[in-house]
Amino acid sequence: MTTLGDYLTVSGILFAVGFSGVLLRRNVIIIFMALELMLNAANLSLVAFSRFRLGEDGLPSYNAQVLVFFIITVAAAEVAVGLAIIVALYRARRTTHVEDINSLKF
Amino acid sequence: MSQSLDQIFVSAKQWILSLLSGTPDWVTTIVSILINISALLGVFLTIFALISVLERKILGRMQNRYGPNRVGPFGLFQPVADGIKMLIKEDVVPARADKVVHFLAPILVAATAILTLGVIPYGRNMTPFAIDGGILFFFAVGSTTELAVFMAGWGSNNKFSMLGAMRAIAQMVSYELPLIVTTLPVVMVAGALSPDAIIAAQDGYSFGIVPHWFVTTPWGAAAFILFFVSGLVESNRTPFDVPEGESEIVAGHMTEYSGFKYATFFLAEYFGMFAISGLAVTLFLGGWHAPIAVLQFIPSYIWFFLKLSALLFVYIWIRGTLPRTRVDQIMNFAWKFMLPMAFTCIIAAAVWHYQGRGLAGWLWSLAVITIVYLTLSLLLETKKKFAPRTYRFVE
Amino acid sequence: MPSFLFWLFAGVMLIFGALVIINRNPIASALSLVVCFLGLAALFMSLDAFFIGIIQVLVYAGAVMVLFLFIIMLLDLRAEERRTMNWVAFTGGFVVAVSLLVQILAVISRTQMAKQTFPPLASPQTDDVRNVGLLLFGHYNLPFQVIGVLILVATVGVIVLSKRQLR
Repeated sequence: MTTLGDYLTVSGILFAVGFSGVLLRRNVIIIFMALELMLNAANLSLVAFSRFRLGEDGLPSYNAQVLVFFIITVAAAEVAVGLAIIVALYRARRTTHVEDINSLKF
Repeated sequence: MSQSLDQIFVSAKQWILSLLSGTPDWVTTIVSILINISALLGVFLTIFALISVLERKILGRMQNRYGPNRVGPFGLFQPVADGIKMLIKEDVVPARADKVVHFLAPILVAATAILTLGVIPYGRNMTPFAIDGGILFFFAVGSTTELAVFMAGWGSNNKFSMLGAMRAIAQMVSYELPLIVTTLPVVMVAGALSPDAIIAAQDGYSFGIVPHWFVTTPWGAAAFILFFVSGLVESNRTPFDVPEGESEIVAGHMTEYSGFKYATFFLAEYFGMFAISGLAVTLFLGGWHAPIAVLQFIPSYIWFFLKLSALLFVYIWIRGTLPRTRVDQIMNFAWKFMLPMAFTCIIAAAVWHYQGRGLAGWLWSLAVITIVYLTLSLLLETKKKFAPRTYRFVE
Repeated sequence: MPSFLFWLFAGVMLIFGALVIINRNPIASALSLVVCFLGLAALFMSLDAFFIGIIQVLVYAGAVMVLFLFIIMLLDLRAEERRTMNWVAFTGGFVVAVSLLVQILAVISRTQMAKQTFPPLASPQTDDVRNVGLLLFGHYNLPFQVIGVLILVATVGVIVLSKRQLR
């Protein structure tokens, strides 16, 4: 049988993968995808906890699932705005490489 | 008698499963699933073969010619000949193509189309895959078709494929909104996301002749028309077939496909059409219910497939009648007309519900829809209508 | 859900999640991310959260990833050319990520709760679309409205941002 720890481990590995993507990659779009990975790793552990701690009626605790619903909604809005910013950035600088965007660097 | 005829396929499946009574549970489950899948595929592949020849014959009639009539009686064996031709054609893959993506795209597009067919109830107790969130599942799986189209366009590494895929994705994303929003009033009024419950909510007749289908209410009729038009766009049919407009961009995202892969795209397009029409029948046309109370003795699945073929005929009829629209017209229509009208349907459905679902509610919701429709059509009468077109090029 | 299905989907998800950051080509990354999300949706369904699983496919595979692919296609990003890598930054980032992973795993391995299996549900059929909906429109009504406003603001923001020149 799978334990809560299995799900948390998978979620943790996914989070670390996303985190390393943010740190190691230099393409803005890939960094953005890695951010999505991290958000979804958090979602996975939330849903696992919701299934683990049942309510009095023997059903999963749906509060966590509502939170996941909110996270997904906010993430969708965030992706739309973020990609619009990337497009605007590309129009202005002709690059999606974070190291080329250094005007504010002192 | 009519009861047993109605349930003949369900009892046949039960009988096959009863032969396996001694075996463990998982064998029964798998056999039950396999029976559902093979029945679904068998029926719809037959309909696909029939509709591909009937479409050409009906189009021929509309254009004052005969259409295919050489192979078999009335040309009915034409699909067999087409299939053999497609199978023995050489399968060409462009040298610069992304091989994996190019190979996976037709499989994915056909798989999603077949999956969406699974949640539709084809008759009383005849849903292959009955789940609570059937409507959600339909849209979730259906929205991945865009990915397959993208994979086909990008994997081919061809500018026509790429342009076709961009056009297809742009219009599919835009029309997915009205498509989903027009199902909302139905879900609201039925109070369920499962197709079976939605059909159960449309049971009953007024005076024995007017069925309680949602299409008989003003908001239902408006939503049905909007849904049908969005369905036309989602399945890339004329007049919205700019993604594969052969006079502009060869065959759109399917340009670099040949032989059986092309046939798979063709099949997926028709299966998508069946799925969207099946969902329209389920949501608005009462599913497998008979149109008049006295005709209820006819088995439910016959009613479903009659309604489905009526809708498919309208698809073909539109193809034989209307010219192709421009890309900007399609987009403007989606965002400036379809979406506001779809939201109006929700409001009209709420008005209908809170006026007691009677004659008063019927008239009130008709008033709401008429007012918004007239306002929109006045506002959209732009002055630029007859002005010369300005072309803008990509920078 | 049987164990082997859990490990199958978890493996698919992690492998394609890793491919997202390994691939040089942005489009290959995005397609891997789609497979990763599909595996994640399967894991949600294994936890009896069908609604969240379907929403995951609908929003991420259907909308968000199409948006990503559309933008990549619009910007015409081909595989990025190899640049001289900053090896100090690379090793530093790698060490930080690995130490984070080690820390997470260490915490999980010491938690007593993590060794327990999931308790059985009261009934095998949970109408979770209904349950989530009741909670969403009842107890969490105000946050739900706020999310609606947020999406409206995001829509307006995206349109403003993607205009060519502002007046």
